[in-house]
Amino acid sequence: MAADPVYRADPPEARRVIALDGVALIFHRPSGLTHIVAPPAPQILDALTEGDAGAEALLDRLERDYEFDDSQDLEAALEARLAELETAGLVWRA
Amino acid sequence: MSDARLLIRALTDPASTAVLDADGWTALIAMARGEMLMGSLAHRLDGLALPETAARLCADALRSADHGRRQALWEAEMTRRVLSPLGEPVVLLKGTAYVAAGLSAGVGRSIGDLDILVRRDALDAVERALIDQGGWEWVKEDEYDDAYYRDHMHELPPLIHKDRDRMIDVHHTVLPLTAKPTPDAESMIAESAALEDGLRILSPPDMICHAAAHLFADGDLAGGLRNLWDIDRLCRDFGGRDGFWTALGERADRHQLAGPVARALRLAETLYDTPVDGDIAGRGRAGDTLCVRRLLARDGWGREAHKGLRLAFYIRSHWLRMPPVMLAKHLWTKWRKD
Amino acid sequence: MRHEFRVTVGPTGFRIGSDWKQPLDRLAALYRGYPAPEIPDFTVRLFARRHWRRIVRPSVTIGGDYMLPDAAPLSLAHGLLGAEMGMNLQMALGQRRYLLLHASAVERDGKAVLMTGESGAGKSTLSALLGERGWRFMGDEFALIDLETGALHAFPRPVSLKNEAIGLFESDVEPCRLGPRMCDTPKGDIRHLRPPDDAVERMAVPAKPALLLFPRFGHAPDVRDIGEAEVFVRLTQASTNYVALGEAAFHALSTLVQTVPTRAIDYPDTQSAIDTVERLWAELAE
Repeated sequence: MAADPVYRADPPEARRVIALDGVALIFHRPSGLTHIVAPPAPQILDALTEGDAGAEALLDRLERDYEFDDSQDLEAALEARLAELETAGLVWRA
Repeated sequence: MSDARLLIRALTDPASTAVLDADGWTALIAMARGEMLMGSLAHRLDGLALPETAARLCADALRSADHGRRQALWEAEMTRRVLSPLGEPVVLLKGTAYVAAGLSAGVGRSIGDLDILVRRDALDAVERALIDQGGWEWVKEDEYDDAYYRDHMHELPPLIHKDRDRMIDVHHTVLPLTAKPTPDAESMIAESAALEDGLRILSPPDMICHAAAHLFADGDLAGGLRNLWDIDRLCRDFGGRDGFWTALGERADRHQLAGPVARALRLAETLYDTPVDGDIAGRGRAGDTLCVRRLLARDGWGREAHKGLRLAFYIRSHWLRMPPVMLAKHLWTKWRKD
Repeated sequence: MRHEFRVTVGPTGFRIGSDWKQPLDRLAALYRGYPAPEIPDFTVRLFARRHWRRIVRPSVTIGGDYMLPDAAPLSLAHGLLGAEMGMNLQMALGQRRYLLLHASAVERDGKAVLMTGESGAGKSTLSALLGERGWRFMGDEFALIDLETGALHAFPRPVSLKNEAIGLFESDVEPCRLGPRMCDTPKGDIRHLRPPDDAVERMAVPAKPALLLFPRFGHAPDVRDIGEAEVFVRLTQASTNYVALGEAAFHALSTLVQTVPTRAIDYPDTQSAIDTVERLWAELAE
C-alpha cells in the first residue's frame, strides 16, 4: 500500500499573488506562468509554507487558520484543488 | 559587408561594431535574427555604447533570452518530477543542458523544445510516465509515421504537453539509427554528469561530439553558425582543462565522429578564432571552404542566399497556441461564453 | 531586395523589402507624412518564392524576421495586404517592449478609451469613426501598454475597412485618404483609410487608459459590468505577447484591470455605439 503523498510548494517569494473578485491570480516565478485559482488553493499554498504536509495535515492547518463555509465540503475541495495545483506545477510530491 | 562575416565579426570582436552606420546595424540585426543568434549577440554587446534603437533591440533580446531560459528550465523540472520515480538516468541535451549547467554556451541562447536522452530499454516506461502522469500527449500530425519514428529515428514520435503546449523529444541515440556514424549512446549516458537536481548532462567532450554530429547531419548546415558558436563556447569553457583534448579525440573515435568533430573544430577556429588543439582538428580539408561559404551565405535582409530556400526562424504553429493563462478547469465554464 | 520602404508607426520602425514596386508605392501613399526609421525594429519581406514568380502570375510570399511556416502567398493585387500582414506578424511575434493588446484606442484630454473583442465586433470601425468626431485616433489593431508606467502608446496605422464599413467613410473623407479597393480578399472587400493628420502628428504622445470596452455589434443596446478576473483573462487572450513578457506583463495587466473601469457594450448600429461611448466616458472617465 502506497504511503499517502506528502506535498511541497515553493516558498512565498516564488509567487506574486493578486486577489480579484473571489479568485487569486498567481504569477509563478519559476515557470513564468500565470494561474487563476479559487479557494482553498491560495490557502493551501500558504499552508505549505509551514512545511511539507499530506492532505490530512493540510486540512488541519486550513481549519485552524481560516473560516470556511460550513456548507462547503472542505475535504473534497482540498483534494480537488491539490490535484489542480499539482498539474499546474505549483505543488509537487516531496 | 553583405554576408555573415558582419555577424561573425560582431560576435568575436564586439567593440568592432563601433564603426557601423545605421545600415550596418540594420543588416547585423537582421542577420543575427536569421541565424538565431540575436540573444548571444546582445550579450556580447552588453555594456557597449550603442545607437538608441540597437540598444533597445538588444535589451529586448536579452529579456527574450531570459524568458526562454526560464521556460526551458521549467520544462526540464516538470519532466524531472515525472521521471525521477523511475530511477532512470535522464540526460538533458543542447540548449537546455547549457542553461541548466550554467555554461557560456547557454548565455543568450534561443532554446526550442526540450531534448532528453534515455536508455533504449527505458523508452516504454518513460513514454508511459510522460503521458499517464505528466500531461504530455502525441502531437497529432498525420505526416508523422509512428512506426518510422520508432524504428528509424532516434526518438519517440513528438510529444506535446496538453496545457503548456511545449514539446519534448525523447531520444535513445543522438543520430538516426540509419545514419552512418553510430555514436555510443550507452556510453554517453554512462559518462554523463549529474546536476544538483538529479537531471544529467553529457560530459564536455560528448557535448562537442553531439553538437558536431548535428552540424553536419542535415547536409546543408542550416543553423550552422549557431551550432558552431555553441562549440566555440564549449571549447573555451573546457579547453583549458587537463586531458580535455585527448578525451575529445577518444570520444570522437568511439562515436565514429572523428571526421565531423575535426571539421567542426576547424570551422569554429576559422570563423570564431576558437582555440583548438591542432592534433584533434587536423589539417584543413577540401570541403572546408565550401562549408565556410555556405555558413556565410546570409545577407543584410536576413535571407539565406543559397539555393533550397530554408527558413531558419519558423515559428512552430503550436507556439502561437500557447495559452496565456492556466485556468483551473472548474473555473473554465464561467468564461466559456463568447 | 529590389525595392524598399521604411516607416515608423508609434514607437516601432519597419523596413519593408519587396520584389515588386507596386505594393510599396501604395504603402508610401497611405503612410505619407510618417517618419522613417534609420535602424528599423523589424524587417518585412514580400518576395517571390521562385524567381519566375516575380513575373509570371506573380505570387507574393510574406517573410521577415518572424515568419509563419504555412502562410499562403497572395496575388500581387493584394500585395499591400501582404505588407500589412507582415507588419502585424512582426508585432505579434516580436514585440517585447510593450504589452501588446489586440485593441483599438482613441484619446481625449490625455486619456484613452480602449476597445477590444473578437473580429467583427467593430472596434476598428468605431475607433475610426470616433477619430473623425473629435477624438484623437491612436490605433485600430494594436494597443501598446508601457510595462512600467501603464501608459498607452499609439500605433496609428491606416485602418483596414472591410465590406459595409467602407461605405461609412467613402463619402465623408477626402478621397486622398482612401487606399485602393481590393476585392475578393479572404475577408471580402478592403479599403484602407489614412488616419487624420493629428493622429499622425501626435503618434508619439501616450495617453492614460481611462475606459475599457468590449463592444459587440448587431445586438440591442446594452451595457454590462464584467468581473475583474474575467476582464484579466479576456485581455490575456487579446494579447500575443503576454506570456513572453513575464512578470512585468502580469503587473501591468493586473494594474490595468484594477484601475480602469470596464464595460461590455452591445450596439445595433454605429451611431448608437458612439452615443454609448460618449455617455460612459462622461460617467466613468472624466
